Amino acid sequence: MNKIPEFESTKEWYISNFKSFEEQLNGQSKTFLHDIRRDALVKFAELNFPTLREEEWKYTSVSPILKNNFHPVIDLAQITFSKEDLKKFLFPGFDFYLMTFVNGIFNSELSDISGLPNNVVLGSLKELSKSNPGLIKEHLNAYTKIDNSFNALNFIYSTDGAVVIIPDKVVLEKPVQIIYINGTDGSNILSTPHNLIIAGKNSQVSVINNYSGLGENLYFTNAITEIHTDENSIVDYYKVQNENDNSYHIEKLQAHQKKNSIFNHYNFNFGGGIVRNDINSILDDENIETHYYGLYLAKGKQHIDNHTFVDHAKPNCVSNEIYKGILDDDSRGVFNGKIIVRKDAQKTNAYQQNKTILLSKSARIDTKPQLEIFADDVRCTHGATVGHLDDTANFYIRTRGIPDELAKSILIRAFANDIVETVKIEQMREQLNHMIFEHLQRVEIIDSEKSR
Amino acid sequence: MLTIKNLHANVEGKEILKGIDLEINTGEVHAIMGPNGSGKSTLANVLAGNGGYEVTAGEIRFEGKNLLELDPEDRAREGMFLAFQYPVEIPGVSNATFLKTAINEVRKYHGKPELTPKEFLDLMRDKSKILGMDENLISRSVNVGFSGGEKKRNEIFQLLMMNPKLALLDETDSGLDIDALKIVSNGVNIFKNKNNAVLVVTHYQRLLNYIVPDFVHVLYKGKIIKTGTKELALELEDKGYDWIKPDLIEAETA
Ligand SMILES: Nc1ncnc2c1ncn2[C@@H]1O[C@H](COP(=O)(O)OP(=O)(O)O)[C@@H](O)[C@H]1O
Ligand SMILES: [Mg+2]
Repeated sequence: MNKIPEFESTKEWYISNFKSFEEQLNGQSKTFLHDIRRDALVKFAELNFPTLREEEWKYTSVSPILKNNFHPVIDLAQITFSKEDLKKFLFPGFDFYLMTFVNGIFNSELSDISGLPNNVVLGSLKELSKSNPGLIKEHLNAYTKIDNSFNALNFIYSTDGAVVIIPDKVVLEKPVQIIYINGTDGSNILSTPHNLIIAGKNSQVSVINNYSGLGENLYFTNAITEIHTDENSIVDYYKVQNENDNSYHIEKLQAHQKKNSIFNHYNFNFGGGIVRNDINSILDDENIETHYYGLYLAKGKQHIDNHTFVDHAKPNCVSNEIYKGILDDDSRGVFNGKIIVRKDAQKTNAYQQNKTILLSKSARIDTKPQLEIFADDVRCTHGATVGHLDDTANFYIRTRGIPDELAKSILIRAFANDIVETVKIEQMREQLNHMIFEHLQRVEIIDSEKSR
Repeated sequence: MLTIKNLHANVEGKEILKGIDLEINTGEVHAIMGPNGSGKSTLANVLAGNGGYEVTAGEIRFEGKNLLELDPEDRAREGMFLAFQYPVEIPGVSNATFLKTAINEVRKYHGKPELTPKEFLDLMRDKSKILGMDENLISRSVNVGFSGGEKKRNEIFQLLMMNPKLALLDETDSGLDIDALKIVSNGVNIFKNKNNAVLVVTHYQRLLNYIVPDFVHVLYKGKIIKTGTKELALELEDKGYDWIKPDLIEAETA
């Protein structure tokens, strides 16, 4: 007799709910997105939600997420806040294009994309799939695949997301800030943005994807982001995850890189009860650079899992990864850094490092490098350390009259600095530092003098 | 100002200081010399309140207060300053922010208002000039990317900025070339006055040509085995330590 898989009833609910969801879609069920949804539904029915028995999910239990049925969102929520209220979620001090999503649905009133150069597209997946399907059809779903039930769930229920398309030779001077406000408008919301960032040949763009929570409601963000960097392009992608501490957040990001392109992924994680980031890059040509910078900060019972995967498919590429974390209270961190160097990928230079500081006795990190090297002429280095704030450094600071708590904050700032200083948009750095102390609920050390 | 009586201290269960007596008065410069591993840094760390060192016996009074009851930050606020043998790097925090925080914490403790930005800037200009420091050093992260000599110079810069009552200098001369040594010593001599005191820890006599001590103590295996004046330092330079080591003297006479 077959055992009934875990979470079967939750799975059934998401399947049976599709019918009423489909009925509410109206016109949206006519676009090509709907074919994707139906295919994903078939796939979803074949899959089961991941359990701790699976290697990829060994340290992250998703069962709290699956104790609830989260409701997909089709239409824009009632907005109870103004453009002014929005400001506190944004990184200030520089010019940017703004796209706002509420529970995963684009809100044009709270967005500002005026003054865009010709042929640059910033917009909503929902709108564009109706108004200009040809533009996105060739890219959407072209770079990612369904790895697990959560990915499938995004495909099934996603109706919107951010689309950024930069044509060849265009350098977009102003960064794009995409702010996701989640958890408004009732409880048990499922927010499923599906984002697409396409950088043409010789183009450049910076995108800040800022996930924020509002209120105390339980909700679940389950996102997919696809990024394509064409030849000679440079894409800086900042993920700032600051969801409510009791919400759930899963994102799969898939980058696909062409010749001579540079992809910088910055991954700042503050919020979320259970967080899982899968960040994957395929280096599908020569002379590609991939940089992953990550910082995770957890307290209380938070659980933050970063799974990264750099796939070196071709020769002469460089990948460089630094992930650092600070864990307090009973929080848990997971870092799994996978690097594959395929047979063709000679002269690969791959570097990976993970460092974690534990601020309490009961905080915990599970860290694992996963290197699979099939080429013989490569340079691959990795390292992982777990430690505490340095006693000697703490003593040094205190001998200058600075109290213990503030000395610890100084050391936290110093530890995070490796990551914060990589952020190219300088105005973001002090705000990120501020968020570190706000999130960890510690006295703040503000560097008014701007250290270098 | 500082009275140490019968001080015993352990590191990781091992006794390093084995009964130290020392009296330092205002206006005095004391030097502690001794071979490597004799416990000089241990003494400096115990005085500054390093929690990694355990005081097992004896007492230390500083300006009438029981020093051993105070946290390191309170010792600093009471006027104790330790220039480290190995200064610590603090990325992401500028020298300016670090020092402003430090100075204002000390001022707060004494019920004084914070320095205004202008007062702070003027003070910084003043003191950095004494040490011939580049002004942009101020906006650089504390000790990050500094050479060994620059780090030592930065310790003395912090000393001048904080202007404590007692300066403990742990091997401040190591890693300095002769020019830097002169600049750093000049900084210490400018700091020195009749209301404060300096305790120099070194195992070379060289520094004492520039910072002239009133008393020289020889620390050996956790005990002060000889005290003299600056001539003692010269003698040590000349003859080394063996002639005063009690265990060797005993071995010879036995
Ligand atoms: N943190 C420590 N852990 C273990 N042993 C130490 C530590 N600090 C000092 N010691 C030991 O104490 C003794 C004295 O060291 P120290 O005070 O640094 O000597 P000095 O400064 O005179 O060279 C040495 O034997 C040294 O190995
Ligand atoms: Mg020493």
